[in-house]
Amino acid sequence: MDPHVLVENILNALVAGVTIGCIYGLMCIGLGLIFGIMEIVNFAQGEFMMLGMFVSLYLVSVTGALTFLGPDVGPFVGALCAGPVVFAGGVLIYQFIIGRVSGMRTASIASDSRFGQLIVTLGISLIFQNGGLLVFGSTPQTVRTPLASRAFLIDGFYGDDVVFINKARLIACAIAIVVAITLYLVMEHTRFGKAMRAAADNPTAATYMGIDVNRTYRLAFGIGSGITAIAGGLMATYLSFDPFIGFAYVVIMYSGVVLGGMGSIMGAFWGGLTVGFVQQCSALVLPPQLQNAAIFVVFLLIILLRPQGLFGRSAERA
Amino acid sequence: MRHGAAVRLRRDGIALAAIAVMYLIASSLVHNSYYQLIMTLVPIWAVFGVSWNILSGYGGQLSFGHASFFGAGAYTVTLGLVYWDLTPWIGIPLGMLVGAIAAVLIGTPTFRLRGHYFALAMLAYPLAILYVLEYLGFQEMSLPMHSVHPALYIQFRDPRFNTYLAVGLLVLGTMICMLVENSRFGLALLAVRQNELAAEAAGIDSWRWKMRALIVSGMIAAAAGGLYACILLVVTPDSVFGILVSAQAVVVTLFGGLASLWGPLIGAAILVPLAESLNAELGNILPGIQGVVYGAAIIIIMLAAPEGVFWTIRDRMFRRAPPPPLIPVLRPAPLRPEALPADAPLLHVAGLSKTFGGLRAVSQVGFSVQSGEILGIIGPNGAGKTTLFNLLNGVLPADEGTATLAGQTMLGRKVHQVCRMGVGRTFQVVRSFPRLPLIDNVVVGAYGAGLSDHEALESAVAALAHVGLHRQSGTPAGQLTNKDLRLMELARALAGRPRLLLLDETLAGLGRDECNDVLDVLARLRDEGMTIAIIEHTMHAMLRLADRFVVLDHGRVLASGKPRDIVEDRSVIEAYLGKKWLTRSASANPSPATGGKQ
Repeated sequence: MDPHVLVENILNALVAGVTIGCIYGLMCIGLGLIFGIMEIVNFAQGEFMMLGMFVSLYLVSVTGALTFLGPDVGPFVGALCAGPVVFAGGVLIYQFIIGRVSGMRTASIASDSRFGQLIVTLGISLIFQNGGLLVFGSTPQTVRTPLASRAFLIDGFYGDDVVFINKARLIACAIAIVVAITLYLVMEHTRFGKAMRAAADNPTAATYMGIDVNRTYRLAFGIGSGITAIAGGLMATYLSFDPFIGFAYVVIMYSGVVLGGMGSIMGAFWGGLTVGFVQQCSALVLPPQLQNAAIFVVFLLIILLRPQGLFGRSAERA
Repeated sequence: MRHGAAVRLRRDGIALAAIAVMYLIASSLVHNSYYQLIMTLVPIWAVFGVSWNILSGYGGQLSFGHASFFGAGAYTVTLGLVYWDLTPWIGIPLGMLVGAIAAVLIGTPTFRLRGHYFALAMLAYPLAILYVLEYLGFQEMSLPMHSVHPALYIQFRDPRFNTYLAVGLLVLGTMICMLVENSRFGLALLAVRQNELAAEAAGIDSWRWKMRALIVSGMIAAAAGGLYACILLVVTPDSVFGILVSAQAVVVTLFGGLASLWGPLIGAAILVPLAESLNAELGNILPGIQGVVYGAAIIIIMLAAPEGVFWTIRDRMFRRAPPPPLIPVLRPAPLRPEALPADAPLLHVAGLSKTFGGLRAVSQVGFSVQSGEILGIIGPNGAGKTTLFNLLNGVLPADEGTATLAGQTMLGRKVHQVCRMGVGRTFQVVRSFPRLPLIDNVVVGAYGAGLSDHEALESAVAALAHVGLHRQSGTPAGQLTNKDLRLMELARALAGRPRLLLLDETLAGLGRDECNDVLDVLARLRDEGMTIAIIEHTMHAMLRLADRFVVLDHGRVLASGKPRDIVEDRSVIEAYLGKKWLTRSASANPSPATGGKQ
């Protein structure tokens, strides 16, 4: 291959990998809260992403509530608005369904009832997928923004190579980073963040310290859902989607969280970034069918070489 | 076989036969081919659930990727038939072989992982295989029809034969599961699941048992997949390696009841017809509604029965009295297997060191324990006492130094290997198997030592009698008091007929009277000639018991010697006992001699 074309391809893949990776990273933070910290295996996380996409779609295109912001800004505001909407849904789901099979209720029981949550979240996932089909239909949708077909061009550093940075993706990536950093600061420095980490570490001890563990879990589950929904809304600006899209991403999210090391918020972000990066870069050398296989092979390699994840620590006391 | 296995095997065998016969009669009355297909799929998904249950239910190694094995079986049968005209009668056993090989290839790296990491790594394998198969062009494979000798190719004209075959496979799979459950295989898996480190310390080679479970499980799953291909006649990567296939095994088993023989059968019998009939009845009218109803149905049932249908019904409706205790009619086996020459130390430790980052947790520690002696290891919190034990029994690797038991090195071995050398261990925080009855908790230790079934039971009963718990042998460990748990752990270590006991704060958290009870047991052991190294904080208790002390501080040996010398040693008083000890011991003058060797 012509070296110029090769370098150009590599640079474009790197750029795409980083921009998409950051959005995956945000998506993984949502699951990182629910799975990595609260240890709830939530199969419905992909559906929260899907709901984020459709909430954004309804705000921007269907109801036109955000049309006054124009096509350049509206879709991104729509994505951010999807967060609180899905947050509320997540809180309700935790309150009425998931909280009954996980959290404080089962923390004290030395039994297998916590496995019930696997089936419960699978049921929630089925309801959202199929309910989405009933409500939204099966036609692929997008939240159209003209920015998705525009790019910043950077050239002149290696002959006449040109690097394209898709504007929609770049803005989405920037928003993802800002949201991720905000959440990180909240978790590290606020009372709620500390209560959350304490409740996850030892629910019983946290209760004795006056932390309302059930409330904390409920909010954390809601935030985890909302964060993933924001990432979904951001992806909706450059990707077409249908009610079954969550299915493909739930595995990517788990890969990211496990890669980053469970229990670490920023770890989940780096894990998601790694997955997105591998996915985009594998396009350079692999046929399209094998790109997804590459994600899982890299995932397995990293996890087998570093069983506690890239940023995790693990130790058992005897 | 385990204690009480014969009764359970007979009871479950009769139930299985009755269910199979009734199911066969029911299926032979069905003439609608669609309903017949559902009746064939129920036992296939049930046997797939049974296979998952062996690894993930009994063994506790949650796997989200059992489709690897199901798909391996299905594709072996399909490719064999397409390219070599190989009949599935051979293809299915061949697929089971492929499943076993896949289990070894997948298990070898993946068993390094624990918990959620293991579960999700398992998920990645079938997905990677799925995309590779699609890339290789095996998207949609049809099984070629053989109209001349259809039965030779499992292509019966009468679909009822498919059901008979599937039921036959289910009966076989369930019988294998019964054998696993009632043998030391099952007990080892249950022990590993409930507390892997405790199982290892009791001599169970957890890696090997997990691998065996995965191989058995992979073979059964592959057989189910092979038969599935024969019945559907079309195989796609998604339909046998897909995430929904993996989920099916998880769902039917958890729904029916994890780690119960009947769980997967109950789950499949309810969920498969429910999903299929919803698809057929509602799916055509309003696409999507069937998924919503199915999802809502499984959520509602799981909220009502979070431990699965089987366990919930059993706990609510058949509350059984605990089994009667095993009275030790057997003559207690001698606990000390051999006598060593008096001058050679049983345990000899020299220059042992361990560093965590910049912290020297154990530094140049050396001491020895004579045969028949009780060595007390004392020192302030963080002195490195437990770390020392962890180095000795293989939980942690040592950085440098030597440790020998009767001349053989203990370092560089795995936990269960050290146990098999004759080292029993108890833990600072009791590690029990809470759902297993007391006798099984203790038998684990005897199995770990490699005793035969009969010897193991004998040894376990003797050990329970030794610590005075034989009247509670049927009680689940989760219902014991703290003192009884401590004694149970001691009995488990004793059941392996150890030469040396490492006891880590056996008296922690006990009241004065309870403390005395445990001390009496330990004193009895000493009188019988057991060699013990014990970590303990209660100084008065230690003075009653120990022949000699080693005092650790900041990872170093501060002093060692006779109890009398230690309690008067100025450096020990400063580092550990405190000034108050000095004044109190001067006034009360406890006599260490009362704890001396008789």
